[in-house]
Amino acid sequence: MKFIKFLLLGIVFGIVMTKSEAVSWYRIQEMFRFQAFHMYGIIGTAVTLGVAGVALIKRFRMRDYHGNPIMFNPKEKSVVRYLIGGSIFGLGWALSGACPGPMIVNIGYGYWAMAIVFFFAIVGTYLYGLIKNKLPH
Amino acid sequence: MEFILQPWSWWFSGIMIAAIMFFLLYFGQSFGFSSNLRTICAAAGLGKSAKFFDFNWKAQIWNLVFLVGAILGGFIAREFLSTDAPVLISEATIQDLSKLGIAAPESLQPAELFGLDAVLSIKGFLLLAFGGLMVGFGSRYAGGCTSGHAISGLSDLQVPSLIAVMGFFIGGLLMTYLFLPLIF
Repeated sequence: MKFIKFLLLGIVFGIVMTKSEAVSWYRIQEMFRFQAFHMYGIIGTAVTLGVAGVALIKRFRMRDYHGNPIMFNPKEKSVVRYLIGGSIFGLGWALSGACPGPMIVNIGYGYWAMAIVFFFAIVGTYLYGLIKNKLPH
Repeated sequence: MEFILQPWSWWFSGIMIAAIMFFLLYFGQSFGFSSNLRTICAAAGLGKSAKFFDFNWKAQIWNLVFLVGAILGGFIAREFLSTDAPVLISEATIQDLSKLGIAAPESLQPAELFGLDAVLSIKGFLLLAFGGLMVGFGSRYAGGCTSGHAISGLSDLQVPSLIAVMGFFIGGLLMTYLFLPLIF
């Protein structure tokens, strides 16, 4: 039962991503071609509210429902891994028109072909785990 | 009901995504979807062959439950909340895509990529496979995807996330302007 709240949040996520068309390959193409405000509006609104909310959480040292302070772990400092890793991600994002969340939502929507994309995303993650130590970070 | 069946506005969706992130923080977790890919590898026992997957994945079950929810959400949206109308992308995008041989939208996704004929062709299958491969490899290399970096990381004003998002766009623009015209 302690997981039901995460199930509900996942359902809301799936519905919102579908209804905002953020799961559509067309919308991702439109975004990378800078031909509409739509995707930038979604991400921009979320980040604007996110920045304000995170600042408030830190300012008032808010706690989660367990009573623990809400912590934000700074990501490790680097440029190479974020730039190269991010670029590889971007290549895949623009080709398949979906990042990992939307892939899953698409499968629920009935686009079974996305299961192939998601399966190979797992394979890609595994490949990274295999050669991680040989890559510049 | 008409209102629900229409595509939802960007601002409402943005608000909802921020709300999901804050609920996850309140529940003691953080918003990052691609971690699931690593968790699935660990749960499949791949920690035996790569140390990267040798961790207590059971602590991440909440995120797998979120993933199951996302599948249900996609299903619910299709069955009860939509008309499967064509995505109303801009005329300029329709023009650009037509030069690649991709027709104007008839539903949510292009049949040229996700239709049965495309999937069963060697080229179509390889495109989907490589797309997924790069998303999975790149997200872990960069330490996160759109939710972990572009939403959670930028909300926390993390410089690494900003660099990652720049990377997302470098890769995305290369694919869009350089590789897609070669592929299609």
